[in-house]
Amino acid sequence: MENNQPSLLKRFMPLIVFLALIVLLAIGLTLNPREVPSVLIGKPAPEFNLPLLFNEGSFSNKDFIGQVTLVNVWASWCFACRQEHETVKHLSRNGVRVIGLNYKDEPDAAKSWLAKLGNPYQAIAVDYKGRIAIDWGVYGAPETFLIDKDGIIRHKVIGPLSDKEKYDELMAVMNTLEK
Amino acid sequence: MYKFISKLVFLITVSYSFVTVAAPIETFQFDSPETEKVFHKLSEEIRCLVCQNQNIAESNADLAKDLRLEIYTMLSEGKTEDEIVDFMVDRYGDYVLYRPPFKPMTWLLWFGPAIIFAIGLIFVVRFMRSQNMSKQTERLSEEELERIKNLHAEQDK
Repeated sequence: MENNQPSLLKRFMPLIVFLALIVLLAIGLTLNPREVPSVLIGKPAPEFNLPLLFNEGSFSNKDFIGQVTLVNVWASWCFACRQEHETVKHLSRNGVRVIGLNYKDEPDAAKSWLAKLGNPYQAIAVDYKGRIAIDWGVYGAPETFLIDKDGIIRHKVIGPLSDKEKYDELMAVMNTLEK
Repeated sequence: MYKFISKLVFLITVSYSFVTVAAPIETFQFDSPETEKVFHKLSEEIRCLVCQNQNIAESNADLAKDLRLEIYTMLSEGKTEDEIVDFMVDRYGDYVLYRPPFKPMTWLLWFGPAIIFAIGLIFVVRFMRSQNMSKQTERLSEEELERIKNLHAEQDK
């Protein structure tokens, strides 16, 4: 019965299939299901017009035109926002225009949070009801959007910017944009 | 007996209604039962992205509450079911839907189980065939058959 033995490939088939499955599952494990890729990348920033936290007046999507902007969705109740705050300050100090979107927060709480931790934002739009955040596909603070000077969303960071990998990724995209 | 059964039915119905009341559905007023139906259908089919294994009907998360209100508002404005689904997908992507849409990107998702089943079936059929074949090759010779016959005959004596 020597010649009836299955070929080498056939014999190792189950092992090959098994290894392929392992690789597939291993890749799956490295993905974070909490990070749902944004469908808004490459699209213009949603229309909005929100009051400012500190000054009179408002901030609208038209104010994105002409300058690369980071929109940082934050709230005083959000723990991870505190965690990334130093990074946001660092970006702001280095000349990046950072606009805050204060998400479902009490204005007084937001103000005292900033007074304590520092205010890196050039302007803070107040989304008290979180309605505008829905248009942006926000599902939890902090989230950060990179907008180019034509008002197009180029990148989204979900979770704190202090994460080195996410920060580097953001920087890489930002460096490709025309100032 | 009839009374007992009707009582039982009543009790079951009442206890079931408690279960539904316990779900975090706000008391929305609908202009028609149809709209209400659409509302419940939608909130059961839209995933809460904060707590991803719940739909927004079940979830107590703040965002789920907001999205329920959003659906309610849109329904009151006369928006159709499809328009509301599009609204959600435009913002949160296909992932927001519990039933992924049917398109090239999701073909593997939809056909995958059937394909794997078919492959499995092919293997099973081939395995069974090879079993049959080996049986055929190991068919007893005339001589052996004769011996069995004799053995049976001996036993029957």
